[in-house]
Amino acid sequence: MNPVNYLYLSALLFTIGAAGVLIRRNAIVVFMCIELMLNASNLAFVTFSRLHGNLDGQIIAFFTMVVAAAEVVVGLAIIVTIFRSRHSASVDDASLMKL
Amino acid sequence: MENLIGLLVLAPLVGAGVLLTGGRRLDRTGHWIGCAFAATSFVIGAVLFADMLSRSGDDRTLTSNLYTWVPVGGFQADVAFQLDQLSMTFVLLISGVGTLIHIYSIGYMEHDERRRRFFGYLNLFLAAMLLLVLANNYLLLYVGWEGVGLASYLLIGFWQHKPSAATAAKKAFIVNRVGDVGLSIAIMLMFTTFGTFSFQPVFEAVGKAHEGILTGIGLMLLLAACGKSAQVPLQSWLGDAMEGPTPVSALIHAATMVTAGVYLITRSGAIFNAAPDAQLAVVTVGAVTLLFGAIVGCAKDDIKKALAGSTMSQIGYMILAAGLGPIGYVFAIMHLVTHGFFKAGLFLGAGSVMHGMNDEVDMRKYGGLRKYMPVTFVTFGLGYLAIIGFPGLSGFFSKDKIIEAAFAKGGTEGWILGGVAMLGAAITAFYMTRVMLMTFFGEKRWEPDAEGHDPHPHESPRSMTIPMVILAFGSVFAGGLFSLNESFLKWLEPVTGHEEGHSPLSAGAVTAGTMVVLVIGVALAWLMYGRRPVPAVAPRGSLLTRAARRDLYQDDFNHVVLVRGGEHLTRSLVYVDVKGVDGVVNGTAAAVGGLSGRMRRLQNGYVRSYAVSMLGGTAVLVAAVLLMRGVA
Amino acid sequence: MNDLAAYTTSTGEAFQFWVLGTVAVVGALGTVLMKKAVHSALSLAGTMIVLAVFYLAQGAYFLGVVQIVVYTGAIMMLFLFVVMLVGITAADSLKETLKGQRWLAAVCGIGFGILLIAGISNAQLHSFAGLGEANAKGNVEGLAALIFTKYVWAFEITGALLITAAVGAMVLTHRERTERRHTQRELSEQRVREGKQVPPLPAPGVYALHNAVDNPGLLPDGTPSALTVSDTLRARGQVRDVSGEALDSLAELEQRSTERLGRKEVGK
Repeated sequence: MNPVNYLYLSALLFTIGAAGVLIRRNAIVVFMCIELMLNASNLAFVTFSRLHGNLDGQIIAFFTMVVAAAEVVVGLAIIVTIFRSRHSASVDDASLMKL
Repeated sequence: MENLIGLLVLAPLVGAGVLLTGGRRLDRTGHWIGCAFAATSFVIGAVLFADMLSRSGDDRTLTSNLYTWVPVGGFQADVAFQLDQLSMTFVLLISGVGTLIHIYSIGYMEHDERRRRFFGYLNLFLAAMLLLVLANNYLLLYVGWEGVGLASYLLIGFWQHKPSAATAAKKAFIVNRVGDVGLSIAIMLMFTTFGTFSFQPVFEAVGKAHEGILTGIGLMLLLAACGKSAQVPLQSWLGDAMEGPTPVSALIHAATMVTAGVYLITRSGAIFNAAPDAQLAVVTVGAVTLLFGAIVGCAKDDIKKALAGSTMSQIGYMILAAGLGPIGYVFAIMHLVTHGFFKAGLFLGAGSVMHGMNDEVDMRKYGGLRKYMPVTFVTFGLGYLAIIGFPGLSGFFSKDKIIEAAFAKGGTEGWILGGVAMLGAAITAFYMTRVMLMTFFGEKRWEPDAEGHDPHPHESPRSMTIPMVILAFGSVFAGGLFSLNESFLKWLEPVTGHEEGHSPLSAGAVTAGTMVVLVIGVALAWLMYGRRPVPAVAPRGSLLTRAARRDLYQDDFNHVVLVRGGEHLTRSLVYVDVKGVDGVVNGTAAAVGGLSGRMRRLQNGYVRSYAVSMLGGTAVLVAAVLLMRGVA
Repeated sequence: MNDLAAYTTSTGEAFQFWVLGTVAVVGALGTVLMKKAVHSALSLAGTMIVLAVFYLAQGAYFLGVVQIVVYTGAIMMLFLFVVMLVGITAADSLKETLKGQRWLAAVCGIGFGILLIAGISNAQLHSFAGLGEANAKGNVEGLAALIFTKYVWAFEITGALLITAAVGAMVLTHRERTERRHTQRELSEQRVREGKQVPPLPAPGVYALHNAVDNPGLLPDGTPSALTVSDTLRARGQVRDVSGEALDSLAELEQRSTERLGRKEVGK
């Protein structure tokens, strides 16, 4: 098997994550789909580091993870705050910016 | 000597300027100032004439270049004058008759509060007309041409409060404009063919030009002449121009402005001589108008409109003569001069009659006026005899020569033209006798006017009668003087050229025929108007009479052919403009508005829609990158 | 297709890839398609664990462990906590409210996926070098060597980012007290005024007979107290019947008191 298949898997997971962002209305599930996309890109990075034979890809994947963690923290805090005032976690409720 | 030529034009121009800008304080002296400047012009003209006579025939041309007007590369236009025998004739006629009419207007316009302005306009007219005949190139002639058109407009519409006068002025100007287009095109053609507009170089280069282009130029010049001289097809304005004060009708629409067309054709003789087709057009126009004017003049009850029809007809004679080529130029000018005398005299007489009859113009309300206005009767009568061609008076000489020249053209053309001219003479005798009989003879048919004042016909003051008398002298003696030793022929020949035609009839036969025709016309008129009392209300009349009363349907024709067509064109253009041009503009705006209205709905406020567009955009970008690298 | 990589994996890895790869995809689909948020979270956790295995298989040892510890262990648990805070009962209805959204999402998603796969397949990937050499001194040492030399700036900045995130979370979720805490006196006055429940409620567990959440506690007069069980259970009808308890305990009491006081049994 060619390790390139890992890249195909990564592309597939990424696509599924992207579709999930578009389809789901619950803010937390949307967030989770974004995490899925980040993970897919991490997989691609690791595969590329294996391709090139150096660890740069893993470093980048590492930093991606750190940043993802920070992002999750802040994002969920925001969701909790919004939920407290609106009592709804639906993404469609924030539709005031329409023309 | 040459420097005086410019003064001829300058004097009345300065007079016009002074009178029109002087304001009310010149109201008491304005008329004297106007007459003074006009007389100055005449005096200078006389001096130049004397000087010219002192020189021999071929040496009589004087030129004077004032300044270079448009010094642009190959386009050289100068303000320069040329005084030869032809222009000298006109100068004397214009300034002489002009001065007499200025004097007449002092009395005629006495009760008008805008008299000063009237004299200003008269001076303006003199300046423009003199410029027209003195110019040595067509462009400067055009300036004079436009100037007389302007003066005519101002003078016809002088009584501004009358809507009919304002309309008549507009009509005159617009119809003239059509003719002016012809002159513009002729000048343009001249420039492209010869590279110049000055008379001398153009006439010298005529031999090298193609006949087609010369015919074109000739036809365009004819169009211009038709406009200014009120010939068919541009004749409809002359009748309405009688709305102006009578001195205006006398000066402009009888003696001088309407003769400008004849001047143009005669001056451009070299061009016409080389383009026989254009000459044919000229004689046709002349012949048609000759009859047209005469027929119209027979049915008019308004004395001024009858005389207007007569003017149209007489100018038809002149145009006919001018179109005959070298055999007729001299006689055209001769008739022009004699006509200037007797027609101006007739108009001034008509004005005198109107003055005495509370400005009534309907001849059906005249009758038996000879006892009350003897001087007017005599001068008018002499003018009448001149115009019908009574033997010995001026019209006899000039008109006969034209009829002879018409016959001398030769061939079928000669017979037709000669016959038409004869017929015209008969009709002229008829309508002029009619005017005489209705006005001065018969029973009194006077009625109180609109305000209830009874007319008290009286002779006019001396300021009015003296010019009439002087003109009567001209009417009587001018023709004889000109024919004595063929003096006029010899005078003008070096400029226009002259040939003897081959007439199938001898001069005596023509004269006899003209006499017969004259007697027939007078007798017919006497039968209809002399023996029986003239009805105070116009009878219905025959079909021809009714048609002639409506100017042979000239206005209706113009309306149907030109006005309706013009209206259709304008309406369709407006339609195209509104629907097409505006439609495109408004359509673009509407399209933009509609498009933005649709696109606005993309912003629906939902995060997920925005996410879709983001993903779509990313997909497009990836596709683009892949395509660029030639991979996908 | 791309050039044949000179390197091919072992059959073990191949087998692992195909099996676990399927699991990962199923988990991803579960994340997207599950109705309840908790189920989505758990599916995602499963996918992440599979990915951790893949990292380990490809020689990224450190990263694989960090994936499980940080990502799955911390981040996903954080997700679950928030899901519980927000409400387990808040289920998404699967009906789509925006017109054409599903269709557009499908088109864009599939289009994007196809583009990616096409791009990858047409890429000129030379042979996989493998991480044997890079991991010669050990994976962690190799990573450290890079982090503290080549990527030290990014490292420092990321540290600042983490601090900012922590502070931000605290700031966002902090609720400022808008009014002073009520004293007991005030609370008791309020209860009297309202007249609903004058004495304070007993602390939890006072009337409880059992530890189970579905056994109601009994009030002194023997009736089950509604306050001692969750409304949800009551609504579902999952509350146990404890009506027999009172009589049983009374019988017991009688028994014991008879034995103690040597009284004759009543009605025996």
